[in-house]
Amino acid sequence: MAYPKQYRYTKDHEWIDVKGDLATIGITDYAQHELGDVVFAELPKPGTRIETGKSFGTVESVKAVSEIYAPASGEVIEANATLNATPETINKDPHGAAWLIRIRLTNASELGGLMDASGYEAYISAKGKEAQA
Amino acid sequence: MRYLPKSTAERQQMLAAIGKKSIEELFSSIPERYRLRKPLNIPGPYSEEEIIQYFKARAAENSGGYTSFLGAGVYNHLRSVVTDAIIQRGEFLTSYTPYQAEITQGTLQAIFEFQTLMCQLTGQEVANASMYDGSTAATEAVLMAERLTGRQRVLAARSVHPEYREVLRTFAKNSGLQVEEIAFTKSGTVDPKALQGLLKDDVAAVVVQSPNFFGAIESYGALAAAAHSCGALLVVVITEAVSLGLVQPPAEADIVAMEGQSFGLAPSYGGPFAGVIASKDKNVRQMPGRLAGQTTDSEGCRGFVLTLATREQHIRREKATSNICTNQALCALAATVHMTLLGKEGLREMAGQNLSKAQFALGELLKVSGVRRTFDAPFFNEFTVELPKSVKLVNAQLVREKIIGPFVLGTAYPELTKHALVCVTETTTRAEIERFAGAVKKALEQPV
Repeated sequence: MAYPKQYRYTKDHEWIDVKGDLATIGITDYAQHELGDVVFAELPKPGTRIETGKSFGTVESVKAVSEIYAPASGEVIEANATLNATPETINKDPHGAAWLIRIRLTNASELGGLMDASGYEAYISAKGKEAQA
Repeated sequence: MRYLPKSTAERQQMLAAIGKKSIEELFSSIPERYRLRKPLNIPGPYSEEEIIQYFKARAAENSGGYTSFLGAGVYNHLRSVVTDAIIQRGEFLTSYTPYQAEITQGTLQAIFEFQTLMCQLTGQEVANASMYDGSTAATEAVLMAERLTGRQRVLAARSVHPEYREVLRTFAKNSGLQVEEIAFTKSGTVDPKALQGLLKDDVAAVVVQSPNFFGAIESYGALAAAAHSCGALLVVVITEAVSLGLVQPPAEADIVAMEGQSFGLAPSYGGPFAGVIASKDKNVRQMPGRLAGQTTDSEGCRGFVLTLATREQHIRREKATSNICTNQALCALAATVHMTLLGKEGLREMAGQNLSKAQFALGELLKVSGVRRTFDAPFFNEFTVELPKSVKLVNAQLVREKIIGPFVLGTAYPELTKHALVCVTETTTRAEIERFAGAVKKALEQPV
């Protein structure tokens, strides 16, 4: 699956799509693949403040539960309610329909430290080689 | 795992393997002042015959023939020998945690049946495989409400079992939970209007008990409405599970925490018992403890597994819903067997007898000069009366007549000195109740 060029990526495998002071956050195709079949996503309520690098929710698969870390700080505007009924969307369309939350950014300068698509692809490919080594 | 004694030669071999010359050398890192320098004070060794004689002698020290009017969270109910016969089967008695679904279908199915029965009884949608006891179930229910609401203030009715509130306070002490009390009215219950006055949008849970510690029945509907009006959850505690044979189940509650002792478990010095925690399906991911679930195997047959285990500590570690709980599988099994034997009609009949006999006992006691009823709320099998004399003194007289007297309320409620909490179950006969009322009369007439 292609990694959208306009997104920014974290080493913890979250993506963030920034439009003005609003941003959408999800987990990457690499993350969903590592997790396996997703059965549940626990997401924060609107109004919750999230902080860069801190966990704001969890994604649960048949084999593990993973924390999701905030790529940027902000206030949650919306959580993706469709995931309650169809968490498997996270496996099928992690970069699109399975976005997790929308936030209003409080410090856009934090985004500078994130990877772009080619940087992230190089990062996961190196991880893959590490695993094979 | 088997526990086998070791020979001296085997000990030497083990010490040699780790490079030590003696047991003394192995323990040398323990400071001298902490070492026990004398043999353990254990009698024996005894022969098999001596041990049998010893235990026969201890058993003979038990005295029988007592009639009890003591409840207060632990209840004397009829138990069938069938329950013990089933739970003593090796497959149940010695089996450990059923993690491997493929070899523990019997245990898992029994747990699943227990969960189903608890849901049907409490009017809830999901119940777990049991907790330590009612008090820890109540605390876990509050912690669950804290996670669900993200709030830390808790309102607990003063009419909730005093020891349950103590357990809750112990947990709250270092966890940031703020526990406040809700007073009881002249009827001995919680007033929904007074509750409304205490509620704000920072309250995680309202904790009430019904029948409450004074035996009085609370009305869940109004209390739930008050709690829900500001986003708090209603936790209903039940210490006398048999009441559910007659009293409306707390379907309005968000979480039910119950003591299951009344179902087939003997009072036996206060344990082991089995706690119950039940809630609505939407809250299941915040529920603590083990859950058995029903599924379909690769051949399409019904099977049972442990499910939603990602909440639990062997997977989530410090982020688990609870790191302080366990289940009481064998006690839960006893409760399941007991309830299956009783059946729906049997439970209703048993509950009916408790109610009738308690009503009769109240009537008999009120005939005794100076005895007054404390609260006027409807009750199940426990009620509160005020005596014109210290309850402790009266109880001391009663025990001479082989009667275990009522709970001394003054010990837990300074405002209720001279008040007694009387319990009557289906095990108490009419003659015993009359003898009890007569003994109370006699005790009250005696000069102090």
